[in-house]
Amino acid sequence: MNKNILEVRNLVKHFEVSKSVFSRNKKIVKAVDGISFDIKAGETLGLVGQSGCGKTTTARSLCLLDPKTSGSVNFFNPDSKNMESIDNIDEDGIRIFRRNMQMIFQDPYESLNPRWTIKDIIKEPLDIHNIGSLSEREDAIVEILRTVGLTPPENYLSRYPHEISGGQRQRVSIARTLVMKPKFVVCDEPTSMLDVSIRISIMDLMLNLAKELEVSYLYITHDLAVARYMCNRIAVMFNGKIVEIGETEELLQNPVHPYTKRLISSIPIPDPTYKRERYKVNFDELDNIISKNPNEKMVDIGGGHLVATHDTKDFLIES
Amino acid sequence: MVESLLEVKNLSMHYDTLDGNVDAVKDISFTVKSGESFGLVGESGCGKTSVAMTLLQLQPDNSVITEGSIKLDGKELIGLSENELRKVRWDSVSIVFQGAMNAWNPVVKIGEQIREAMREHYPENSKQQNINKINELFKMVGLDESISERFPHELSGGMKQRAVIALALSCDPKLIIADEPTTALDVVIQDQILNEIKKVQDLLGLSLIYISHDIAVIAEMTDKIAVMYAGSIVEIGPTQEVFKSPKHSYTRALLDSTPSIRGEKKKLRSLDGEPPSLINKIDGCSFSPRCPTPTTQCKNQSIEMRLVKVGDDHFADQCCSGCVKNE
Repeated sequence: MNKNILEVRNLVKHFEVSKSVFSRNKKIVKAVDGISFDIKAGETLGLVGQSGCGKTTTARSLCLLDPKTSGSVNFFNPDSKNMESIDNIDEDGIRIFRRNMQMIFQDPYESLNPRWTIKDIIKEPLDIHNIGSLSEREDAIVEILRTVGLTPPENYLSRYPHEISGGQRQRVSIARTLVMKPKFVVCDEPTSMLDVSIRISIMDLMLNLAKELEVSYLYITHDLAVARYMCNRIAVMFNGKIVEIGETEELLQNPVHPYTKRLISSIPIPDPTYKRERYKVNFDELDNIISKNPNEKMVDIGGGHLVATHDTKDFLIES
Repeated sequence: MVESLLEVKNLSMHYDTLDGNVDAVKDISFTVKSGESFGLVGESGCGKTSVAMTLLQLQPDNSVITEGSIKLDGKELIGLSENELRKVRWDSVSIVFQGAMNAWNPVVKIGEQIREAMREHYPENSKQQNINKINELFKMVGLDESISERFPHELSGGMKQRAVIALALSCDPKLIIADEPTTALDVVIQDQILNEIKKVQDLLGLSLIYISHDIAVIAEMTDKIAVMYAGSIVEIGPTQEVFKSPKHSYTRALLDSTPSIRGEKKKLRSLDGEPPSLINKIDGCSFSPRCPTPTTQCKNQSIEMRLVKVGDDHFADQCCSGCVKNE
């Protein structure tokens, strides 16, 4: 049994919003509202939900890009071989932590500096973390370019992002991330901007690298078909909460929570003879019930398949 | 026998650019019958949107239609004056653009923007008549009447897209062209919009041209599909037939690279390489450099692109129609 690499307990991220600059009445948006999950070494966990459900906020809080409101996060420190809390981490701690936890963003057009060459882009994290000598860094760059399938690497080193295609850019993002040899990578919809034919090659690349380099992923997507291909386990998120989490095939074959059922039934099937039944859910009602029971527990229905418990009979009809 | 509503014959169009001519649409022919849904599928840059724009004669100024005809209800569209075209657009054909929800004028209320189009096409209607009609359309696409009085920024993406569909329906078109209408939306909203489009289409007996890169959506939405690659249609036929036995290796590759949540989890195959630049003239089969199972005849590029009959109402490019082996 693999060890955990990340343990998240009751992660909460609230945003204060006010209608106008002068208004005293602050409204609180509960973007992430008490979620807990573990990720094991070498495992890919999918975080699935609609836009605005808090997927990206979760990712940003985990990577310490936004300070979380409350909750605890433990991360495996490969240097000390222990799980360590990253809640009140100092500058040096953040440095070690960041080296092992990296992020791949959705948009390969916006996340690469247009004025830098590919070599500069991949070299930056090595420079920041002061890894290896200058020549070792050069070697590492060439090697990682080869690993992500940008061959021959010499052809890419001095190019700029605008000179390469979207798929190649996403490969550069992956190279920049993996050159640090991280233990854990948060991927925020890394293939949703790519064409179908290129998408699979990027997903295959990430899967192969996960095996080769023993990286764990938190894979954020709204597409369950993609999640099924990529992930060992899937967590379904609705309005800031995880409502169901389980092994991928188990969750897809035997979904329990109405929201999971709705999500699964809204995925188009690439088979014209198949007539898809839409499972109907009243989202407002569901939201009501969830917000009325803020402290409900996740119940294990077997094999690590956890479901949020609430009375699920009342919101079966979509408004 | 249902008559063809739209008949496109040998349509070719290129963009005149500083680097040379970009052959965006190459010798395309298809027909859409009334009440039929026709899908156009392919990678980005394959010419899907260029076809849509040309159908409405909305192509940019640097485009040149070199040959072909577009007949709508028996009437030739190519060569019509701007005034005559205005009558055809919306009255007969309307289009839902990719990202159309961002095309609303931010300072005019939704209802007023729809009425603006209706005033142009039905000058004799009273304001109240138009309002009633808009309410009816909103009901059809699942929007509340009060949305008319809202500004675009007050609506969510899905609501804006529904309103765009209502707008497209406002002048009773016979044909709707939907160009990736759900691309920017998440799966649940996409599902609702698709459902809405289908419902409206059945209700009003409309013809639909659905353009998408997502073959799963196309599978659900259409009766007939055309697969486009590098500006040409490489395979065209009834959707069920094409999915059951794809004859072109590009179609096969598209199907093999689409993940599904149903059935056995299968290993997906990626399609390596990139589509060819449309600036250079392509001799022979444009897909052969990427074809996973090329035969010798594709490689020497002597064989010309031409659709041949491979089944009932099912045509595929003659080169690649031999490459695919269906398990």
